[in-house]
Amino acid sequence: MNAIILSAIWGVVMMLGGVFFKKSTTPKYWAIAGIVIILAANLLEFFGHPFFNIDTKGMLHFDAFGLVFNSVAFICTLLLFLLNGKDFEKIGMHVSEYFCLIFFVLCGVSILSSFNTLLLLFLGIEILSIPLYILTGSDKRNLKGNEASLKYFLMGAFSTGLLLMGIALVYGGNSLGSFYIDAINLGTGTLPLLIAVGLVLLLVAMSFKVSAAPFHFWAPDVYDGAPSVITSFMMTIAKVAAFVAFFKLFATSFGKMHYQWQTLIVVITAATLLIGNVTAVFQVSVKRMLAYSSISHAGFMMLTLFALNNTAKEGLLLYSAAYCIATIGIFAVIIKMTDYSIEGFNGLGKKQPLLALASVIFFLSLTGIPLTAGFTAKFYVLMAAVKEGHQLWLVIFAVICAAISAIYYFRVIQAIYFKEPVPEVNDNIEVSSSFKWMLAITAGLIILLGILPGLVIDWLYY
Amino acid sequence: MLGTYFTFPELLIWIPFITGLIAIFIKNNKSVKIFALLSSIATLIVSIISLCYTDVAHHPDFFYYNNVSYVWMPYIGSSFSVGLDGMGFLLTFLTAFSYPLIFAATYKTEHKNPNAFFGLMLFAQAGIMGVFVATDALLFYFFWELALVPLYFLCSKWGEEKRIKATFKFFVYTFLGSLLMLVGIIYVYVHTPSLSPDSAHSFSLNAFYNTLLSPGQQDWLFWLFFIAFAVKIPIFPLHTWQPDVYEQSNYPSVMVLSGVMVKMGVFGMIRWLLPIFPAAVIKYQHLVIVFCIIGLLYASCIALYQNDLKRFVAWSSIAHLGLMAAAIFSANNIGLQGVMLEMLNHGINILALWIIVDIIEKKTGVRKITELSGLASKAPGLAIFLVIIAFANIALPLSNSFVSEFLMLNGLFDLNIWFGVFGTLGIVVSAFYMLSMVQKTFFGKANALVEQAKKMSTRQGIVLFVLVIAILFLGIYPEPVIHLTQATVTNVLSRIPLK
Repeated sequence: MNAIILSAIWGVVMMLGGVFFKKSTTPKYWAIAGIVIILAANLLEFFGHPFFNIDTKGMLHFDAFGLVFNSVAFICTLLLFLLNGKDFEKIGMHVSEYFCLIFFVLCGVSILSSFNTLLLLFLGIEILSIPLYILTGSDKRNLKGNEASLKYFLMGAFSTGLLLMGIALVYGGNSLGSFYIDAINLGTGTLPLLIAVGLVLLLVAMSFKVSAAPFHFWAPDVYDGAPSVITSFMMTIAKVAAFVAFFKLFATSFGKMHYQWQTLIVVITAATLLIGNVTAVFQVSVKRMLAYSSISHAGFMMLTLFALNNTAKEGLLLYSAAYCIATIGIFAVIIKMTDYSIEGFNGLGKKQPLLALASVIFFLSLTGIPLTAGFTAKFYVLMAAVKEGHQLWLVIFAVICAAISAIYYFRVIQAIYFKEPVPEVNDNIEVSSSFKWMLAITAGLIILLGILPGLVIDWLYY
Repeated sequence: MLGTYFTFPELLIWIPFITGLIAIFIKNNKSVKIFALLSSIATLIVSIISLCYTDVAHHPDFFYYNNVSYVWMPYIGSSFSVGLDGMGFLLTFLTAFSYPLIFAATYKTEHKNPNAFFGLMLFAQAGIMGVFVATDALLFYFFWELALVPLYFLCSKWGEEKRIKATFKFFVYTFLGSLLMLVGIIYVYVHTPSLSPDSAHSFSLNAFYNTLLSPGQQDWLFWLFFIAFAVKIPIFPLHTWQPDVYEQSNYPSVMVLSGVMVKMGVFGMIRWLLPIFPAAVIKYQHLVIVFCIIGLLYASCIALYQNDLKRFVAWSSIAHLGLMAAAIFSANNIGLQGVMLEMLNHGINILALWIIVDIIEKKTGVRKITELSGLASKAPGLAIFLVIIAFANIALPLSNSFVSEFLMLNGLFDLNIWFGVFGTLGIVVSAFYMLSMVQKTFFGKANALVEQAKKMSTRQGIVLFVLVIAILFLGIYPEPVIHLTQATVTNVLSRIPLK
């Protein structure tokens, strides 16, 4: 509850503060202060000190999973602000409003990690998405940004419509006539028709939100057209929050009849993994390649929905942390460059050794090489899928796709270290030493989580 | 101190790793070379000392010098447990023995960014040591990949022109194989009995050995593990990455790859494949041996027609390893003993062969066999070494590989006479290509290129001399090695049901 209320309040503070901030550099310090306050409040609630005592009549339920996920999301946002705070000023004039919208998104994230009723699921998804529609188009003079924003808005609104229809059908169809997801907890008997249709619609709507194939077509254009800082935020935190909501909804409400809808998930997972990985191989722009690779990571996270057991929960949490930190780190490097193509990375090892080393660590994590957080995350997800026991071909298919992902990630690593720099491209990358320190800390976090994943997972059992 | 504060397997991993980290920060080119050489000698000394403590049967407290386990991820049953047994002692000794020789033999080679080069070489050594000592499946997988990554960077950055593409292919191939093995590891893990109250399953080697897997499960799990090891060794038809990588890489990396890293695949088969999937081993024995022998004969025939010396050694290596892999699957005492001995012998022989190819290329500037002739007249010492090493590769009596190949062929004969026949045929062809290479490059009239050849340095002469002494010593008295690994062989075979 702390996080929900404080992030909403801080969003308003940032918005109104925009009137009073004289310099354009002030908003980012207020934003960093705000995220630290919200993180601290969330941790206090986790250790048993909630600030607010509002009776939500069971509509919000704050368990360890939700609160730990909130902390992970807030830490990643803090990393984003610390690494890319200056780059928010480059998007446009209304800097404090961009931060304000991000705090509203975080409010949506907090609702999605703790909802207990379908109405709050809808509310959380909308609070998450609508500021993102605005943020996508925040660079008003960029045509690609305008197209991305409109595309995102139209498709997002459409999928929210499907979500509402699904909610209505599930509400109407379940015998208790209830919105509460733990009450809808249906048994293993035959699925009533209304619930079946509602379930499929919910599945489709949530798959839209997490950019799972075949509902992923908006993702590359939106991620490519939005300003890079916003992409880095959307691609990571918004997506994993939607995944957590997806998992929570399906595990609690429809978990007992898992095998009736598992085939749908299997098809979606296989399609997502295939399309995400294969298309990314053919990209020349690193930003677009990362957009497609985010679809492939979504495919891996769908494996947790396929498994739906305790290890899957741990795996989802760890995967969120690993994926978010690595992607935010690599985008931090990309944002500093003027040329986003793979050739732009040529010779980075000589020009900027620290950035190069950090980028390599992030790419190794995204590929899933041991000693990085990406490996432990993929390992937990694979363990969850194997424990599930059925459809083991999907696990083998997933690792084949993970091997394919090595192709496009390592292409950039090769450009960084083994190719000669192209003259006049990315020659004047200016990075402050504080940026280098933050990047080093981010890379260090990846390696730390790679050796001791318990740092994130053990808190689930606190 | 030993046994309570540190143990041999830990030292063998940490010394290369920490010295590798330090080496990255040394800016002076000469110092970093000396530092790397000293570090590898330190690891060698530790390995030699560890060989004095192998007799756990008579001295039970030696167990604690050689095995240790730290808490790592208790809730999923994985611990940082490392241990040395007979085969582990042998292979860690091989790694520790190879590295100082590699550094000494290639001392004069100038690499750009030598700090990164030597740092990565030492990291690779740490990773390879880790593979040989890990007794926890997840840790084994960790080190398996961690040995690969430094070698990827080493082969991609320092080498010939087309190295990037070749190493990329190598990496993706091996990575895919390793990931398939990861799925297999997780599947076996999910069926292990619990060894601690914290976790329902366990990753430890003992748990894996005691897992009951039905023959149906063993069938496909066997292939998952097999593919990972088969890509590493490599076994026909998964060998296509190897000649290109060996040709395009720099000499120290190639020496590590062929001398030590391929043994990771053989080791993996003996430690992690044979004991865990015995029913599948018995079922697919003949099929696998057929592939290995096809690889042996195919690679031998191709080696006959190779012009480039590096590719020649690459194909000859595939041939020898084909025989080794075939002998593993003979699954009898003699065959496996031969494999153990051959792992050490092949490491020594191939290292010596690579050093000679390196010397030839540095002296004359070429490595095409057709462009070389009559080197013996300019470099008689080198010729003597090459002849002895060539005979070792052919498995002539008095050389080390005679004993090991004899044992391996014996094992194959025991299984099926035709396997033995074709294996021996492979040795005959190896005599063909090896002697023809020696004759073409060294004997005959010296041509114009050879006339200008530089002299071989004393340092390289000493390295080759050490290797030749090792070849002859192991050829005459291989008993220490056989004694060292007998217990491991017996343990592995005890898990495979006799037919």
